[in-house]
Amino acid sequence: MAFNKENNSYTIIFAAIMVIVVGSILAYLASALSGKIKENERFEKQQNILYAMGVNENEDEGSVNFVPTDKVEAEFSKYITEQLVISGDQITKNDEAYLIDLKKQIAALKKGETAELPLFIGEKEGKKYYIIPMYGKGLWDAIWGFVALNENMVVQGVYFDHKAETPGLGANIKQRYFMDDFIGESVLNNNQFKGIAVAKGNNDPVNKIKDDNEVDALAGATITGNGVSAMIRESVNIYKDYLETIRVN
Amino acid sequence: MALLSKKDTNLILDPLADNNPITIQVLGICSALAITAELQASVVMAISVLFVLGVGNVVISLLRNIIPTKIRIIVQLIVVATLVIIVDQVLKAFAYDLSKTLSVFVGLIITNCIIMGRFEAFALGNGPWKAFLDGIGNALGYGIILIIVGFFRELLGSGTLYGFKVFGDPVTKTGLYSTGYENNGFMIIPPAALIVVGIIIWIQRSRNRALIEEN
Repeated sequence: MAFNKENNSYTIIFAAIMVIVVGSILAYLASALSGKIKENERFEKQQNILYAMGVNENEDEGSVNFVPTDKVEAEFSKYITEQLVISGDQITKNDEAYLIDLKKQIAALKKGETAELPLFIGEKEGKKYYIIPMYGKGLWDAIWGFVALNENMVVQGVYFDHKAETPGLGANIKQRYFMDDFIGESVLNNNQFKGIAVAKGNNDPVNKIKDDNEVDALAGATITGNGVSAMIRESVNIYKDYLETIRVN
Repeated sequence: MALLSKKDTNLILDPLADNNPITIQVLGICSALAITAELQASVVMAISVLFVLGVGNVVISLLRNIIPTKIRIIVQLIVVATLVIIVDQVLKAFAYDLSKTLSVFVGLIITNCIIMGRFEAFALGNGPWKAFLDGIGNALGYGIILIIVGFFRELLGSGTLYGFKVFGDPVTKTGLYSTGYENNGFMIIPPAALIVVGIIIWIQRSRNRALIEEN
């Protein structure tokens, strides 16, 4: 062999070339695909918001079925009548509010800075839906979602998603049987914004009791469930001032 | 001429049974415990590992004569990580829904010891075609165990297969549940996978006593 594989300079040159080659491949791939990936993410957000207000292709029972991606933009502008950005006392309309990264806004709030909080108002069959985005943490990584409320602060629909919860356990928060349980629960308790807790052993597995601010937990997913409870409580609290203004008893 | 010589065939078939990566080589146990609560997750993971191990083994085998020995582990890691990122990005762009299901496995594939194990033990010392067969064989051997474990855990733990309710509805008590049958919640937590893998090892070794190590 012409070269010595144990030689230090060979090792360094090899490493350098490897890094350049791999780096260029990945950089090329990332820039070539980023437009397509961004578009997919945008469609997904629209699908999720619509899902929470009940605009989806779900059948009576079974799996989660979104509005198809080729129709989602049209449906989104049809059903979402207003997109608001709440920043302190100021409320402005912004048609791209759904693209706001809630994670950054919540971080700003925690630092005591003013945040720009998006809120969506949807209208379907004469009924109004106030859709709040949520963001929190599960067992392994981030969880997020949307909750659609009516003017009585009763949940009309939710959508949850997660980055890396355990398949078969915490990942089931995005299953229909879990999300559907939230429908009809109120986020109010004695006129206070309380949220909805994911509770273990509440003796109500089919969720018939709708005024207890509780839904049945997922077995084996305690920490994810607690994360969901905390996320709803926190988000409802963040939007409390606005929700008070639209609330009808 | 046959497509595969006898030796080549063994490269694929051995890891399926008597040299199985999980039950004999005891590699890749972590992911076998973590993601087998559902059959679907097992299948997706098996396919991802099949791709990464097949291609990765070929790449490492092609580079085997020029990789400096001192940094070979780092080079192997870079190859796995690059492949995984490529798969992830391409899926995100062209099969977004699938990529969401897969995202949780991406990290797991990079750290899967089967992949590093096969690079180190086989691809560094053999030609690309053999390395490819070895990669496919080991990924299939890994996948089979994952699917068997996933099958039993989902069936006994949730009463479903691929999300389809096999035993009826546990909440409204239809089907098998009307007789008083209950899902075994223990099956969906990771220790259950250890027990299922243990039972597979037991069956395998009692059928082929040559596999039992002597103390």
